[in-house]
Amino acid sequence: MSSATALTWFARHEIRLAWREWLAMMTGARKKRTRAVIGLLVLAAFLHLPAYAVIGRFADLQAPLDKSTLIVVSATIFLAWALMLSQAIESVTRVFYARADLDLIMSSPVRLNNIFSVRIAAIALSVTAMALLLSSPFVDVLMIAGGLRWLSAFGVVIAIGLSAAAVAIAITVLLFRLIGPSRTRLAAQILAAIIGAGFVIALQVAAILSYGTLSRFAVLTSDAAAAYAPDFDSPLWWPARAAIGDGEMLSLLLAGSLVLLGGVMAVFSPKFAGTVVSASATATITRRGSRAAPFRRGSRQSALRWKEFLLLRRDPWLVSQSLMQLLYLVPPALMLWRSFSDSSAATVLITPVIVMAAGQLAGGLAWLTISGEDAADLVATAPMPPGSVIRAKVEVVMIAIATIFAPLIAALAIASPMQAAVTAIFVIIATVSAAAIQLWFRVQAKRSQFRRRQTSSRIATFAEAFCSIGWAATAILAVTIPVAAIISGAMTALMLAATWKISPRRD
Amino acid sequence: MEASLEAAHIGTIWGLRFTAPKVLGSMVRGPNANPERPEIMPPDVSALQVRGLTKRFDRPAVDALDLTVRRGEFYALLGPNGAGKTTTLRMVAGLLRPDAGAVSILGIDALADPVAAKQIMAWVSDEPMIYDKLTPLEYLEFVAGLWGIDPRVAESSAQDLLVSLGLEPHLHERCEGFSKGIRQKVALAGALVHDPRLIILDEPLTGLDALSARHVKGLLQARVQAGCTVIMTTHILEVAERMADRIGVIAKGRLVAEGTLTELRLQNGRNDTSLEDMFIALVDTEAAAA
Repeated sequence: MSSATALTWFARHEIRLAWREWLAMMTGARKKRTRAVIGLLVLAAFLHLPAYAVIGRFADLQAPLDKSTLIVVSATIFLAWALMLSQAIESVTRVFYARADLDLIMSSPVRLNNIFSVRIAAIALSVTAMALLLSSPFVDVLMIAGGLRWLSAFGVVIAIGLSAAAVAIAITVLLFRLIGPSRTRLAAQILAAIIGAGFVIALQVAAILSYGTLSRFAVLTSDAAAAYAPDFDSPLWWPARAAIGDGEMLSLLLAGSLVLLGGVMAVFSPKFAGTVVSASATATITRRGSRAAPFRRGSRQSALRWKEFLLLRRDPWLVSQSLMQLLYLVPPALMLWRSFSDSSAATVLITPVIVMAAGQLAGGLAWLTISGEDAADLVATAPMPPGSVIRAKVEVVMIAIATIFAPLIAALAIASPMQAAVTAIFVIIATVSAAAIQLWFRVQAKRSQFRRRQTSSRIATFAEAFCSIGWAATAILAVTIPVAAIISGAMTALMLAATWKISPRRD
Repeated sequence: MEASLEAAHIGTIWGLRFTAPKVLGSMVRGPNANPERPEIMPPDVSALQVRGLTKRFDRPAVDALDLTVRRGEFYALLGPNGAGKTTTLRMVAGLLRPDAGAVSILGIDALADPVAAKQIMAWVSDEPMIYDKLTPLEYLEFVAGLWGIDPRVAESSAQDLLVSLGLEPHLHERCEGFSKGIRQKVALAGALVHDPRLIILDEPLTGLDALSARHVKGLLQARVQAGCTVIMTTHILEVAERMADRIGVIAKGRLVAEGTLTELRLQNGRNDTSLEDMFIALVDTEAAAA
């Protein structure tokens, strides 16, 4: 096999792997794949409705744009880029640490530089494909309502995907060089989450500090932002101009991102092999436990709780994955702090944010404790009724949620005791709901599969999200319009009951 | 005679020194024993009695199986892949609910009172069930906690077990970097730390090097000498031949032969036949009959 043929073959292999990985991520079990694909297509079609609601009003935009519109469009594109960068960092990290074929590749008689160039290109391709897929409903809406000139927005998305992949590879390899492979995995995961959420949070923080509102558009559409913005000819506006159909800008953008990706491939492909070796060597490093204390006395349930807390504490990657959701608590916490000096009615917005964050975090933790049991046979053969095991695990979730949210609710109690009480009640309800859904849909899995927990049951994933949103809405209504809260609460309870009804039967 | 959970030196097997609890035959509880542990049982009670055990998946995996294992016996359950060995043992261990049949463990109806049955039983699978982020000592502490063992007794027993299995250098290292052999030894130590009366092992020697396998075999022999019952599936027929008091051969979910090696030879009609030849002959006969 010639070198070129080998590379083509490897590229096909990479694309096939990426496709199957994505398909497995989206559809879960093979048996239900056809049904899941149909479900995804229906969902994609359905997504055009919210996309229309969000972006439909921009369909008539024509060049030249005013500064406020330029800022909003550019910020939206930058947000998409940040999200893609976050996704790309995760993909690159996974390639270093999780691909099972690295030994085979490294021992094969092919030039590693070429092989890793192909792999970098495959990462860029899969990130771009994902970006195209996610942006389709939005661009479709723009094209339907505003004409084919919006087709160029797909070109911007491709440029976003390619450049995000290039920057992600550079960041990850540099992290390896700077902090070493053992810390890179965690650092990269945290960085990915911060980049993904950071832009929105930063806008919210600026809005709170300047205008006392959680709305991120407050900053973007402000006169101050327009005053500081550069002129129309600035490269900063190229992506926005390209998106609305400026072919010249689009060509420049695509060329720039391709050059960036090519540069990254040229610079970093030779370093890839060394990085991979370092990463795999780190996997075998032994870490010492912290204690030689005597065995603890306590009940069987307390042994289970102790184990769960210890495992959570010792797995910073899992903790970071779970706690990243708490980044979204930063703006409300800031708003709470601001409300002490300013009795703004906007503090009421804190309640749904806290309730929703609690519900989402509880869902993740409940999955870890209930489904993500690495020694399921051991626990199942222990002389404990299954109910006691489940109770101990749910207690761990409740304790963790209480520890995280109690300080925030206590601070809220100083500003508004009534609102704090309502928030506390709905945090408990959201936590119990999320834990119950995980319990009804539990499957045996390894903790390392945490990122893919959604694939085991789409129904559970959606039910968990909708219940969190439902309880958050009920909580804010309970504070503002109590009668409406009864209706909202009943609807959410009904949704929970329906989820229970369709959940798999348990012994 | 009183049973005790205290560890004691019970002998040397294949050059390895082993300790085991002083249970030795009697089921009367000792001073350190777990108060929830079932007590006095008639001496004629079998360690395991399975009657009409049935489990179907797409096809019958276990087909009205009858099986009796005596107390203090080392019983090897053999069979080709897919014969129903693991399914049988998972049902006995309470990991799988049978479609029909009865399971009695040292006189306890395991289907009616699974918690009491599990208290005196241990299960070791071919895939070590341990936590990567715990050290072996922490893992054993957790297992002892689950079985409600007195922490002082459990700690000393855990130390002894880990040392017996050659794990002393790894006591305080997290399990995440361990080889399959070390992980399997940690899992075995976990199964033994609560001093079970019945130990069920599914292919425990898979992936172990020669020395590790010897450690494990020695420890199991020591437990049997101390009065414990061991049921083990294995594909390594030499191990069954050397270690087992009795051997059962299962095929298509049914017991097709059972007895000591001599009894099996007699059943087969040739005194000089090896276990391997007998096993292949039995399995071939079953396949031909099907």
